[in-house]
Amino acid sequence: MRVAVPVFPGSNCDHDALHACGTVLGWETIPVWHQDPRLPENTDLVFIPGGFSYGDYLRCGAIAALAPIMADVKRHADNGGLVLGVCNGFQILCEAQLLPGALLRNESLRFIHADVHLRVERTDLPFTRAMKAGEVFRVPIAHAEGNFTLDPAELTDLEARGGVAFRYCSAQGEIGADHVPNGAMNGIAGIVNVRGNVLGMMPHPERAVDPKLGPTGGMGIFRSLEAAFSRA
Amino acid sequence: MKVRVSVQLKPGILDPQGKAVEQGLHGFAFEVEHVRIGRLIEMDIPGTDPAEVKAKAQAMCDKLLVNPVMEKASIEVL
Repeated sequence: MRVAVPVFPGSNCDHDALHACGTVLGWETIPVWHQDPRLPENTDLVFIPGGFSYGDYLRCGAIAALAPIMADVKRHADNGGLVLGVCNGFQILCEAQLLPGALLRNESLRFIHADVHLRVERTDLPFTRAMKAGEVFRVPIAHAEGNFTLDPAELTDLEARGGVAFRYCSAQGEIGADHVPNGAMNGIAGIVNVRGNVLGMMPHPERAVDPKLGPTGGMGIFRSLEAAFSRA
Repeated sequence: MKVRVSVQLKPGILDPQGKAVEQGLHGFAFEVEHVRIGRLIEMDIPGTDPAEVKAKAQAMCDKLLVNPVMEKASIEVL
């Protein structure tokens, strides 16, 4: 399993991604500078990390979406390759139009760092296949712009095609506005593209995989990816 | 030519910044409502034909300056 982690000026979760994939899971994990025109040969997964790429200038992720490496990330995705974008990585995927929607300022106007519970809405994805339908897992969030927004017609389409991978919920898996930390429409925490090979999510599964550092609620996603690749 | 692009959140898109500023103004007893905060971008675009220059600015909006999911722009050639 070969993972590429694009690094932009202002990325600050790239080492979390490298630690999770490289050290904890033991995958071959390669940082790739944003100016590089190509991903490493035979990249299986592109992990776009969180942070503040280009200082969040203009809009979160807007400038990073134009970086040279992103053209190759799009090619990789068009060929069915897997792409996981976390936090700023999710914002970049939306700005690059690999995923629909936009992440607005949190409803509270505040930067929020907290552990949240997520409910798995799809278990047929390479990112979730080792998880159970409706499974609840706990992972941290750390963002100021995580308020997922889409125009109403597109939101209906997204829901109808099962584009929602994860939803914020209570510890018991209940859905509702009370459990949405940032105002995201329909409590959406993570979505996939139509093909199901590009996932964007605001919470940080890569920060919850190393038992030395705390709980490992994020492991389901990485176990799923492992299963997806051992089968391939 | 000098061009001014004003980028606003679309109607209906929640603007928490605008809401906070509105509350701040209410704190000073100003009577005000529907405060919305946007972004103003000024630039020089080569050319002498205002229509042509405006079209170039529009292309810039489509490519980068505006996210159509949440924003709309108005362009002014000065």
